[in-house]
Parts: sequence; structure tokens; C-alpha cells
Amino acid sequence: MSKTKQMASDLMAWVDARLPVTSAYEKHMSKYYAPKNVNWWYVFGLLAMVMFINQILSGIWLTMSYVPSGEEAFASVEYIMRDVEWGWLIRYMHSTGASFFFLVVYLHMFRGILYGSYQKPRELIWLFGMLVYLVMMAEGFMGYILPWGNMSYWGAQVIISLFGAVPYIGEGLTEWIRGDYLISGITLNRFFALHVIALPLVLALLIVLHILALHEVGSNNPDGIEIKKKLDKYGVPLDGVPFHPYFTIGKIPYVAIFLMVFCGVLFFFPEGGGYFIEKPNFEPANGLKTPEHIAPVWYYGAFYAMLRAVTFDLFFIDAKLLGVIVMAGAIAILFVLPWLDRSPVKSWRYKGWMSKVAIVLFAISFAILTFLGTQPATVLYTYMAQFFTVVYFAFFIGMPFYTKAEKCKPVPERIPE
Amino acid sequence: MRKFLTSLVIILAAPFSIAAGGPSVPLDHIDNDLTDTASLQSGAKLYMNYCWSCHALGYARYNRVARDLNISEELFTEFLMFNEDKFGDHMSNSVPVDDAKRWFGTAPPDLTLVARLRGTDWLNTYLRGFYEDESRPWGVNNSVFKDVGMPHVLLELQGLCAEKPEPLGEAKYDPLTGSVITTGGCQSYSIEGSMSTAEYDEAIYDLVNFLDYMGEPTKLDRIRLGWMVLGFLLILFIVSWLYTRELNKDIH
Repeated sequence: MSKTKQMASDLMAWVDARLPVTSAYEKHMSKYYAPKNVNWWYVFGLLAMVMFINQILSGIWLTMSYVPSGEEAFASVEYIMRDVEWGWLIRYMHSTGASFFFLVVYLHMFRGILYGSYQKPRELIWLFGMLVYLVMMAEGFMGYILPWGNMSYWGAQVIISLFGAVPYIGEGLTEWIRGDYLISGITLNRFFALHVIALPLVLALLIVLHILALHEVGSNNPDGIEIKKKLDKYGVPLDGVPFHPYFTIGKIPYVAIFLMVFCGVLFFFPEGGGYFIEKPNFEPANGLKTPEHIAPVWYYGAFYAMLRAVTFDLFFIDAKLLGVIVMAGAIAILFVLPWLDRSPVKSWRYKGWMSKVAIVLFAISFAILTFLGTQPATVLYTYMAQFFTVVYFAFFIGMPFYTKAEKCKPVPERIPE
Repeated sequence: MRKFLTSLVIILAAPFSIAAGGPSVPLDHIDNDLTDTASLQSGAKLYMNYCWSCHALGYARYNRVARDLNISEELFTEFLMFNEDKFGDHMSNSVPVDDAKRWFGTAPPDLTLVARLRGTDWLNTYLRGFYEDESRPWGVNNSVFKDVGMPHVLLELQGLCAEKPEPLGEAKYDPLTGSVITTGGCQSYSIEGSMSTAEYDEAIYDLVNFLDYMGEPTKLDRIRLGWMVLGFLLILFIVSWLYTRELNKDIH
């Protein structure tokens, strides 16, 4: 061993005696074994990480030039777009990035549903993931207000007024959230603080917990077979592949393909046809000028459609409160998914036909609800939203029954070649 | 089950039949060309002479426009700047908001971002859509902006259309001979302008082109850089794919 190598290894030993660097690297990278049969669906977790880093970095640079005040916010965004070197690129990375962050997270979650990745022993991974998603929704909503365009203003108006549906305390609650009788610069300032400091910190912590929980039990795979049950004489899973380099460098082609799609939109259609940056957001917030059609950004569409689908009172609950309950329920029910699935198998590959049909109908209903949420509520669209809201909930509420009743295929012991 | 599937298909197909209906007001499409510097210069000239005194471009700067449109500082300050502003200033004007509200019912909006707010097709139709309407304070109305608050500022160029202009492309036929009378646009003028219809359409093309540039001055840079980034990612994909193909040979 040469002298420098000896010194390096001495230094590493010195550090390892004080900080578990080598053992952490082995636990999470070189000796973390992922199933060899994972397919392209499994890349969305990595892509979500890529988008998270994109949002953090572009966000830091935006903060350097953005002015969080009712008087100057809108102009400061145009200042970034025109006068700041590369400002337009940083802004589009962030605004288009938000849509792509949600896109990959939705696909990541759907992967979990397809292959039963939420099932025992991965319930906590799913719960942390759901919390990440919940915080992302708050983060996205508050970020949408910051450009202080007219849709920012009116979107916030609609969403914050939802809290007014809470009985007794509703009105006081909305005032407490806004910090004012109307949405104002005060609201903008507090949302800025939450958007750039509080929620990203929580998000980072939850992502760490999500990954720690994952690395404790190991990744699921499209066959839903636990690779840790079949080990070789060194205790290495027979069907496992080390995370590094196979899932780090080995996934760069997937990242490149994804970035091509992302950059294709970012550089050629940054407004996403009015779905990523809405047209009314090109005029400053104006409390006297309501946009013709107030719609949330597409990634909230499904839940907004369910909120609006409730057009009737039920017993003593009025339609508005009931709509909020349905919307909150649609998110809340995702949290308990691990305890709704009674199937003896994880992956839909081995589940019966009822589960397969249910998953397909669920995906269709979520996609259509997303579309409906961005459209004006016509009579037909409201009927459709009601119908697909029922389908959405039926997927979850029926799950304990159809997963128990159906006949599953036998799962092999080892991952099939 | 079959009944259910049929109704599902009908429900799924329904939105698209409605979406095909299109916008409520038909717009005249424009394919403007941001690389046409001469057109942008002519649009800037029109804007500064006819629009700017009421409609500021408050987020843009004179020197940036001069640089992007390839106009020298001397020419720009002499012919396109009408106040004591410095060359690096924002292109704001000094319209008194309270007076403007009294004159027009509303303060003339800043138009830096109007092309992104309304779209170029809308602008192309709006600027060619003024017509005579005695019931309005300024004696004019607009085909896409009903009861618009502003007068027809370009009247001396276009003239005044006697009735609401038709959308372009909607041919009307002579009931006797069956020949085409018109394919839309203004049918007759109650006041003649200094430009022919074709010349005016050309001028509006330049003006809309300029406003499109104004909405996003970096658009051409963005698209050019986009191709370079995609090229880089393609190379990254090929190299990394060749590498992982070797890497994955170890997995059995």
C-alpha cells in the first residue's frame, strides 16, 4: 500500500470512529440491495428527488430577486423575467418544475398502488409519502400566490374561503389564515415565509424519513416478492442488486429521457397551454376584477372537481361544508390504504380480476376528475364529476371486500427469470 | 356490464364534443415571426406613436428594446422616446390614473404582457375590430371587446368600419350568381383611412408581432437554448445508455 493510500485509509478510520460514514454508505448505497426485476415504474421516486432538488435550487435563486410585497411582487417577477441574467430560465424551471414534480409524484404513488408497495411491512413508507404529498399540496398552493397575478389572488380567495365552511369557527379561521379581512400583502408575506422556509424544511425531513423507512425494509417489486427471504451464504438477497451503481449511474438514461420531456415543455411550452401558468396571471392581482373562470392548477384538479361535485345539502350539512368534507375525505382515505387492502398478495399481477378492474377504473376516474377540475362546472360536467367521485371512493371503500373475495394467483418464491 | 361500459364510453367522449365548440368569439389567426426585425421595428414605431402615451410598457426598458430590435441609441432616443426619460429607464408614461378613469371609465392598462394575457390572435382581431356605433361615448365599438372604453386610435390609418367586421374566412355568397362576395373583414367604411385594408392588416401584423416580443423578450433565446439543451441530453442519453448496457450484463 502506498503512503497516500495509507494516509487516506487512516483518515477514514479516524472519521468512522466518530461518525458512521462508511457504514452509512454501505447501508444505503453499496450494500443496499434492490430487487433485480424492478421496471421503469420504479424510476419515478428518483425523478421526484430530481424535481425536489430542482425546486430547491431554482427557488433559492428566485428568492434572491423576488420581492414579497403586495406592491412589488408582480413587478419583481417581471424583473426576474427581463432584467436578471438567466432569470427567465430560473423562473420557468420553478414554475414548470412544480407541475412536473406533481406529475412524477402522482406516477410514483400510482406505482405503489399497482404493485401493493403500501402493504405490510411498508405501511410507514406509504404514510410518510402521503405526508410528503400533503405538504407538497400546501407548498404548491402557497407558491402559486407569490407571483401575485390575478389568478394567484382569486385562486387563493376560493381556496381560503373553503375554511369558512367549518361550522362556528369558519369565519374567524379564514381571517386568521389571511391575517386580514381580505387577501392582502399580509397574506402574501406569510405565505412567502411558509413557502420558502417552513414547508421546505418539513418536506426535507419527511423525505428523509420516507427513505429511511424504505431502506429499513427494502424496496418492493412488480411481483411483490420479498427478496430478503432468500439469502445467499453471505446474507445477500439472491434476487437483489446493489443500489450503487445499478440504481444510481444505472438510472441516468431514464433521468435523461425524463429531462428531455421536462426541458421540451420548459423551453418550448413553458405556459403549458395555460395549464402550468394561467393566462390571467399575466395581469397583477386585482380584487375588483374576477377572472372569467377561476380554476386551480391542474394538479389539484381532481380534488377541486370532487369539492364542486357536491351540489346538494345532506341532512343538516350544507353543500359547501359537505363538499369540503368530501374533498378532505378523498385525500384522507389515501392514508389508510395499507389497512384497506386485505389481499394475500401485493402486486396486481397476482391479484384477481376485481382488483385489476378496480385499479383501472380508479386511474380513469382520477384522470377525468383532474380534467374536470380545470374546466367550468357545466351541468354535464357536474354530473360527470359526481359519477367519478363515486367511482373514486368505491375503489377504496370496496377494497376490503373485493380484495378478500377474489381468487389470487400463487406468488413464486423467487423472482421469475 | 355491457350497458355500463357503453354509458362509460359516452360519458368519456362527452367532454371532447364540447371542447370542439371552440371559443365564443371567433378570432382571426395570426402567424407572426419574431425573427422579422423590420416588422418588429415598424411595430415599435406604431406602438410608441399611437399607443404608448396611454398604454405604458412599464416592465420593459428602452435600451433593451433598442438592443433587441437592432435600433441605435441615437435613432431610438430621437424618434421613439417622447419625454425626458433616460435610455435605461422603464417605458412608463405619466397618465394620471384618476383623470384617465374619468375620461375612459377605466385607466388604460399597461400592455407589456398583453400578448401573454390575451393571445396574439385576440390582439390581431381586436385591433382590426373597431366599427361605428353611435350609442358609445367615442362613437365606436369593437367586435371582440364589447363596449370597449377606448376610442379608435388608429382611425386615421384604417378609417372607420361602418358595421361590425366579420371574422376572416367566412365566405358570403351572392344569392343570384353564387359568386363569393366577401371572405370576412370590414365590408364598408364610413370614413376612409390613409391605408388600404391590406396595408392596415400589415401594420397590425407588425404591431401584434411587437407586442408578442414585448410579452416575452427572451422567447427566441429560450427556443434556441432549448434545442441545445435537448441535443446535450440526447448525447447524455446515448452515452449513459451504452454504459448501463455494459453494467446490466452483470445482473443475472
